[in-house]
Formats: sequence, C-alpha cells, structure tokens
Amino acid sequence: METSRLTSQRIREYLREGKRFDERALDEFREISIETGISKNAEGSCRVKFGKTEVIVGVKMDVATPYPDSPNKGNLIVNAELLPLSSPRFETGPPKFPAIELGRVIDRVIRESKFIELEKLCIKEGEKVWSVFVDIYSINDDGNLLDAAALGAVIALKNARIPKWDEKEEKVSYGELTKKKLPVKKEIPLSITFYKIGEKFVVDPTKEEEDSADLRITLGSYKGSISSIQKGGEKSLSVNEFYALLDSYKEIWERLFKKIEKFLK
Amino acid sequence: MNKRKAVIPGEVIKEDENSLPGEWTEKKGNKIIALRYGLAEEVGRLIKVIPLSGPYQPRKGNIVIGQVELITFNGWIIDIRTFENAFLPLSEIPRYINKESMEDILDIGDTVIAKVRNVGKRGVELSLKSRGLGRVEEGIIFKINSNKVPRVIGKEGSMINLIKKNTECDIIVGQNGFIWVKGDSIEKELLAKKAIMFVAEKSHITGLTEEIIKWFEKEENEK
Repeated sequence: METSRLTSQRIREYLREGKRFDERALDEFREISIETGISKNAEGSCRVKFGKTEVIVGVKMDVATPYPDSPNKGNLIVNAELLPLSSPRFETGPPKFPAIELGRVIDRVIRESKFIELEKLCIKEGEKVWSVFVDIYSINDDGNLLDAAALGAVIALKNARIPKWDEKEEKVSYGELTKKKLPVKKEIPLSITFYKIGEKFVVDPTKEEEDSADLRITLGSYKGSISSIQKGGEKSLSVNEFYALLDSYKEIWERLFKKIEKFLK
Repeated sequence: MNKRKAVIPGEVIKEDENSLPGEWTEKKGNKIIALRYGLAEEVGRLIKVIPLSGPYQPRKGNIVIGQVELITFNGWIIDIRTFENAFLPLSEIPRYINKESMEDILDIGDTVIAKVRNVGKRGVELSLKSRGLGRVEEGIIFKINSNKVPRVIGKEGSMINLIKKNTECDIIVGQNGFIWVKGDSIEKELLAKKAIMFVAEKSHITGLTEEIIKWFEKEENEK
C-alpha cells in the first residue's frame, strides 16, 4: 500500500512548518509498550509496540561448534521475518531485501556493542559453545520496524535464561531453564533511525512518513558511543547534516531511554 | 430494527421455510447460510449479511479513487485496490488528447477520481465523463476498509455532510475505500481524517451520528 504522492507532498509541506501529522515533535517517539515472557517455549521473548507498529522477538539457544575464527566465543545468529499478516506489502516466500537488511542491521547493533558476553558462552574451547538465535517477527508494520525490532531483540536477550545442558547425553534439555541468565551487560544498546523528509530529519516515522522519506540512517549506540551505522534510501547525506544528527543524538537517546526505563526492571 | 448477529462463512443464520436469501447469503433447503464474514440482518423476510472484511467489489456507477499504474497506447491502467487493475480508455476522457503526450493528462503515480463504467468479462472499465472526475491536484489521500464506506457516508450522505460541515473540507469518498480530503489548512484536513478514521473504527455501534457530534465538540474544546 504505497502512500500517494499527494499525501507525501502534504507531509513535506507540514514538516517545513515543523509539524507532523500525528502532532508529535520531529524527534519524538510514539507511545512505547514492552511485554516480556510472551512465549512459553522460547528462552527469552518480548513484544514491543511503537504506536501501531508491533514486533515479537524470541531467543532460542542450542549447543554447536564455534566458528574457526572465534573458537572461544558463542555464536550469535539474528534472523528477521516480515510476516504477510503485518502489511499488505509483504509476501510469503524467501526473504527479500528488507527482511535481510533488518536482520543484518540488528545483528550489527547487538554484536558491535559487545552487549552479549560471548566469551562466557563457551563450554569447551574449539568444540562446544552456545549458539544464540534471535528471531524477529513483525506483527504489524506502521513504520520504524528497525528500531522496534532492535529494542525487542535487546530486551528479549536481557530476559533470556540458559536452558539445561545435559553433559552425559550431550544434548540440551529444553523446557528446563536454569537460573542462569544469558551473560549480558547491564547497559543496553539502542538503535535510533533518522529519516530525512524534505529538509528535515524525523525519528520513529509512521508508514506514511517512511514512504515519503528520501533516506534513512540507523545509528546503533552503546554507552554513549556509536557502534554501528547503516544508511538506506537513494539520496545522499551531507557531512554537515551528519554532524548535526550526531549533536542531537544524545538528547534523543536520553528521551528514548526514559520512555523504556520502566520496562527494564 | 433487529439485533445484528456476527456470522462466519458457512454458518446457518436461520432455519425457516419462509425466509429469503439477501446479499451474501444463499438458501439450501430451508437454511439460510452466510457467504461472508459479517453481520447478519433480518429485514422482514429477507436476511442479508453486511460484510466486515474482504476486498472491494466494483459495481457499475461507483465512484472510485485510484493510482495510475501504467500508460498504454489507448488508455491508462489504474490501480483501484480490487481483484484486478481497472482500465481507463482514451475515449472516456471528455476532451481532446494528443496521443503523444498522454502523461500530461495522467502520469504514472497520479491519483485520479473516476467512475466505474462497466464490470464485465474484459475487466473493470472506468470513465472520467462526469462532473468532478479527473486528476487530483491537491489534498491528502488515505484508505479505509472499503466495507466501512457506507457508514462513513451515512444515510443519504448524513455522516459525510456532518464531517464536511464541521471541518470545512471538500471530501470525496471512493467506494473502494480511498478518501480524498482537501481544506484551507492542513490542520482541517487532518481533523477530517481523524473524524473519518473514528467513524470507520466505531462503524458497528448504533447511534454513531450522535457519537460523532459529541466527538467534534470534544475536539473543539481541546483546542
């Protein structure tokens, strides 16, 4: 369901006055709600809502051999699926570019922030390590799936508990969760995506705004430093614009964190 | 009016020899069976189902709003969000057209208000030969569930006229669920959009007109 050109024009006109269709400020996120432990079978799970946008994220764990370049580290595998039920634009079948990109961007946000202490997931160096699978499913797409999914993945990981590893039979006994939590750090990484519409930058766009955007840039940060960047869209970003984004980043980050703080306990 | 009952396809609405099947129902033996998911309504002997979901079914004479998908040598292909694309032939434009520059009249991606001329074997055929039809130049377009369109318009246009009066906007409701709104300011257009969304969301409740009057009063007070 593409947004019509006329509506895009109106969004641009309105943004020039510094206003958005839903009366939010340009750098304001929608209402955020987070629910954890929504899946009985997953080691950690969570549902995140940004206004009408909704994603669920599940974490599963298994024991596998490590990659040759990191024999003493656990594996992290992030996969995203855009379900047809979440938007008329998504079809069944092999994942297309948006789904692959979503998975890769969130993988980078988590991995590069060193949020999971992968070294602690090693059972026997070079032979057995824990694999952490993060699966992201979109339930409803009303724009900004990227930030919602990143937040969901982080919260699900934070709540994940390691299942019991049966050493004798060499298999994981699912359903028996140990008290041990997945080794993650206290601070959480967050991703904030900026969308450029006309001359202005907005965060957390609705679908209509997302369709009208010329470009987007996702900045993943951890403890106040940027750890991953992804740029999308056709237009280019000037150096000065990028510096301006970096200047405003901290303030937006703090406001976003305030919104989700109450869900972290 | 009788109370409406939610039914699913295949559900027996009533077992009665004397009842007659209306829209979206069929009669098998003495049973009236629903064909769509919606609300069953009994008016005298006639039983019909008001669908709550599903795609738009074009009918002759409907006003629809669509986007130009493609320009061909003898007309335009228009996406009106139904089971197939509609065709707008050159001959249905009420003025002279230079065949070399068809994109001056309607370009790909343009939004157009048109009338369904015919629904037949060859698909859906559109026409611009009527007042108020043609390319949309300004305003905002959004979509609602096409099954809610009758409620947004209201009895003899009562609901839409009420919204028009309260928001001072021009509004055209396409039967396919697309709605075009144009006002003097973007604020007014957004108020109209909000009001229409409110109606579409609460379409199942009775006494909706009173509800929307109250809603407008509340919006007014908040300002």
